[in-house]
Formats: sequence, C-alpha cells, structure tokens
Amino acid sequence: MLNMFKKYVGTMKGVFSDFKKYLSGRIRIKLPESKTRSIALTLLMSVVVMALPFYGHDYLIDIAVLSGIYIILAQGLNIVVGFTGLLNLGFVAFYAIGAYSYALLNTKLGLGFWASLPLSVMLVTLSGFILAIPALRLRGDYLAIVTLGFGEIVRLVLNNWDSFTKGPNGISGIEPPHIFGMQISKLGQFYYFIIIFVLLAVFVIRRVSASRIGRAWIAIREDEIASSSIGINTTAYKLYSFAFGAFWAGLAGVLFAAKMQFVSPESFTFMESVLVLCMVILGGLGSIPGVILGAIILVILPEMLREVQLYRMLALGSGLVMLMIFRPQGLMGGKGVSFRG
Amino acid sequence: MFTQQLINGLTLGGVYALIALGYTMVYGILGLINFAHGEIYMLGAYLGIIFLAFFTAIGLTSYSFPLALILTFVLSVVFCSSYGFTIEKIAYKPLRNAPRLSPLISAIGVSIFLQNYVMLTQGATDKIFPHLFEKAGIELMGARVTYTQIFIIAASAILMLSLNLFITKTRRGKAMRAVAQDKVMASLVGININTVISETFIIGSGLAAVAGLMVAAYYGLVNYSIGYMAGIKAFTAAVLGGIGSIPGAMFGGILLGLIESFSAGYISSEYKDAYAFIILIIILFIKPSGLFGKTQEEKV
Repeated sequence: MLNMFKKYVGTMKGVFSDFKKYLSGRIRIKLPESKTRSIALTLLMSVVVMALPFYGHDYLIDIAVLSGIYIILAQGLNIVVGFTGLLNLGFVAFYAIGAYSYALLNTKLGLGFWASLPLSVMLVTLSGFILAIPALRLRGDYLAIVTLGFGEIVRLVLNNWDSFTKGPNGISGIEPPHIFGMQISKLGQFYYFIIIFVLLAVFVIRRVSASRIGRAWIAIREDEIASSSIGINTTAYKLYSFAFGAFWAGLAGVLFAAKMQFVSPESFTFMESVLVLCMVILGGLGSIPGVILGAIILVILPEMLREVQLYRMLALGSGLVMLMIFRPQGLMGGKGVSFRG
Repeated sequence: MFTQQLINGLTLGGVYALIALGYTMVYGILGLINFAHGEIYMLGAYLGIIFLAFFTAIGLTSYSFPLALILTFVLSVVFCSSYGFTIEKIAYKPLRNAPRLSPLISAIGVSIFLQNYVMLTQGATDKIFPHLFEKAGIELMGARVTYTQIFIIAASAILMLSLNLFITKTRRGKAMRAVAQDKVMASLVGININTVISETFIIGSGLAAVAGLMVAAYYGLVNYSIGYMAGIKAFTAAVLGGIGSIPGAMFGGILLGLIESFSAGYISSEYKDAYAFIILIIILFIKPSGLFGKTQEEKV
C-alpha cells in the first residue's frame, strides 16, 4: 500500500517536473518520432476530420467551418509575425478588404465566387504591398502602430462610406460559391469546401517557409542587420512577407463573406486583430501546426464558455497575461523562436 | 469658426498630451507600448463619477464644491496610480527580460481585462458625468469658450509644466532620464531601476486619470470602451512627437487635437478618427522617428 503510494507520488512528481520543463520551454510537444506512427496519427486525424459532418451536430460543424477560416487567417498572420517578426496589429484590415471585395463584386457587379476570388485576393495582396511600402521604413513598435492605424482607417471607411459599403448595416445577400453548377450552401458541403482551402494554405505556406524565401524571413526575424549584411535584401523580403500574409487574409475574407452571405464592419474590429494575434501566439510563433491548434482552441473556447459569457473576456485578458508569463513561446513553439522589435 | 476650432483643438490636444505623456514615459523606460494605459484613463473617468456621487451623498458638494472637486481629483489620481503600479508589478515586471512581444501581449491582456471588468461592474451603457462648472462661458473673439474648456486647458498646461520641471530639475527626474537612457549603467551608479519604473507608472497613470476626469466633464458621458480610442490616439500623439521624448508627447498631443478639430470643422466630421492615423502615416513616412525623435543606431 505504502509502496503504491510512493510510486504514485513519484509519478506525479515526474509529471509535475515535466510540466515545469514544458512551461519553461525546455521541452516541447513532440509529434511521434517514427514515420509509421506519424502516418497512423495523420490517418486517424484525417478520418476524424473528414467524418465530422456525418456524426457532428450542425452547431459543431459551424464552429469547425469558422475554425477553418480562422486557421487560414492566422496562418497568414503567422507569416508576417511568426516567420518574419514584423508585428502587425491591423491584420484584420486585409481580411475585411477580402470580404468586402467579394461582397461588392458579387452584389454590385454580379460576379460569381470563382470570378471574384482571384480579383479580391489580388486586390488584398496589392493593398498589402501598398501598406508595406511606408510601413517597412519603420521598426518594431512604430510598425505596430502604423498597421493598427491602417486597420482603423479601413474599418472607419467601411463604416462611413454609406453609398458604397452601406455603412454599419453591412452588405447582405452575398451568393454562396458554386462548383460544377452545384451551389455550396449546406453547412456540410461548406465544411469540405473550407478544408480544401485550409489544406492548400498549409501546404503552400509550408513549402514557401521551407524555401529560400522562408529562410530569409527567419533570418530577418532573428537579426535584421546581420541578415542584410550577408546579402539578404531585407526590404524586398519584408515586402513579400506582408503581401503573402495579406494574400491568405484576403482568401479567408472571401470565404468568410461566402459562408456568412453577409458582411458588416463589426466583424473587423481591433479586437478581431488581437484575437488572430492571440491564435498565433498561443499556438507558437512560426509553428504551422501550433497556429492551427491555436486557432481551433480560440474558436472553440469562447463557445464552450458561452454559459459564463460575461466572464469570458475577463478570462481571455488574464489568460493572455498568464500565457506570456508562464509559456511565452506558445503551446507548440520551440525555444529558439524569439521576437525582436 | 477659426477661433472656436482652435479652442476646441487645444482642449482636446491638452487631454491627448496628458495621456501621451504616460505612454511616452513608459516607452522611454521600458520600450513597451502600454496598451492598458487607455484603460487607466477610462478608470479615471469612472472613479470621478463614483467619488462625486459619494461626496454628493454625504453632502460635501453642497457644503463646499471646490473642496469636493479637489478631493475627487486627488482620490481618482491616487486610485489610478495604484492601478498603474499594480499592473506593472503583476503583468510587466515578470516579463522584464522576455522577448519584446511578450509584454505587449500582456498589456493587451490587461487592457481587455480592465475593460470588461468595468463593463461588468458598471454596466455597458453610457454613464452621465455631472457638470462641474456652469454651462455658460466667455466670449473670446467670436468664439464661445466654456469654463470647462478653460479649466482643461489651464490644468493640462500646469501639469505639463510641472512634469517638465520634475523631469529636468529634480533628482528623481534625473534618475528617470538616466534609466531611460541606459538601464544597466543607471543601476551601476546606484539607481534603483524598479523604483524608477514604478514611479514612471504612478506618474503616467495619475496624468491619465486627470485626463479621464476632464474629458468626462467635457463630454458629460462615460463609457467602458472610451479608453481604447483615446489610448490609440494618445499613442499616435506620442509617436507623432517622437516616442520617448516628453516635449515631443506634449507637442504631438496638442498637434493631434488641433488637426482633429480643424479637419472635423473644415473637411468632414465623419472621418474624425481617421485623420489622426493618416497624419501619423504621413509623418512617419517623412521622418520615421517622429518629429522630436532621435534616430537610433543599431548594432548587431
């Protein structure tokens, strides 16, 4: 009996010390080591993900669709903040431009989803470039405040340009997308539709981040001056980073407009930018699986806390402070990831 | 029209400058955008309502109104300063050596927390702030200047001057400047860094509390969400003047107030909030370190 107790205490001590090590960043969550285990885990996860609409309640699928949109959005921000180390506090502006472009192209010009998608995404990427040109002369916190200002300007324009954006009332009656003449309006269909885009985003971002461009971004994040002295054109790479991040935000915006069939400035506030930033930070800056996890957690958590709705923002606020104190590198971020202003 | 906008702009500008001082002082010393600063300003306004109501309830306002007013200001400043002090100890001190993003996120967390804390305890609707002075004012070159406006302009000018004196003339101010310049060197010559940082937060929060009270008296309404916009604008003002520079923050605040009131008066008031950011982007494009800022050399 005593032995069992001792053993139990011993195990618990081990668990606690592991947890402490985890909090202090000395160990990180490891995915399975062997290839077979990794394949088995991937298969299991994909079966669960693909089968969700068959056993899931509509509410659950709805949250899953929303998570998917946020995963794309957060991956976009992860490129800018996580890989390149540029703090963008107005990232939602790109999301808003994407959503409004589709809404306006669809309701004013009658263009369908597939015609609007490239146009909207191009427009957002272009706006990423335009913002980047003045912003890239600035460092760290100045950049943060300029992007914040940009986000506010976009929101104020959407809110006040009544004749064009219908102001605070928003735009309704946006068409859902079509595939092969079939309208994707059911929740289950939309779920698979989103999954395709999430996979695309993760695949492309993974490839790009592993390429020369991605390594240049990481070099800039770790030390901008050192990387420019070894011949990296930092301005150009920062520009790519902004535009590439904006690209995915625009895509997420188009998908959001197509899913909701309604857009209004209320969805694109500063709080939304903060939420997306939290997803990236909770998951771990620069970690693609981490950011997926962060986005899912921060979409699901508020839903779970709906019972105590009044207190959930208090919890989010204090949670952020505690996360920064105890585990600043996020759930799946490595120790090496740092952030310089 | 011109004089009226000038007076309105100076009133707003004085308030922005007071909040901006808190931002710029904290930034100068810690290199941190204290996002919770706007919330301290909002708390100042709420505390003003609470204390004024309390003094009315015990009959002090009818006995001696100036005394009640002074007590309200003093108590709000004391409470807000202690909030600022506590926030620094809880949310920023453990992150002193962390990567730069960590304290920033922590500050956003504090800001969300305080905003929702006030919303829960005080309600989400607008609260009415009692009139401190008579509505009437004086005529000045065709413009009407209310007593509240005179009070705001005078109070912010006095506070700014005394802060400037404190920073430039006293020993504590000297210590503060030393820490802002180089923390390690300052600690080597025997300055207690933690005390200086706490003082910075206490002074900054006190100024924000005064600003909150004055704006609440000016508009007559208070809402739990006012801290956000005021905070961003004051930060914009601080950046405009060159963050870290105290005269810069004062100048930036007043400039921002003037820009806002003139553009609202002569162009259109719908985009009142956007002008600040547009000006900011233009200024930073021309001079990335702000009007009064120094360009910093960076080393690998």
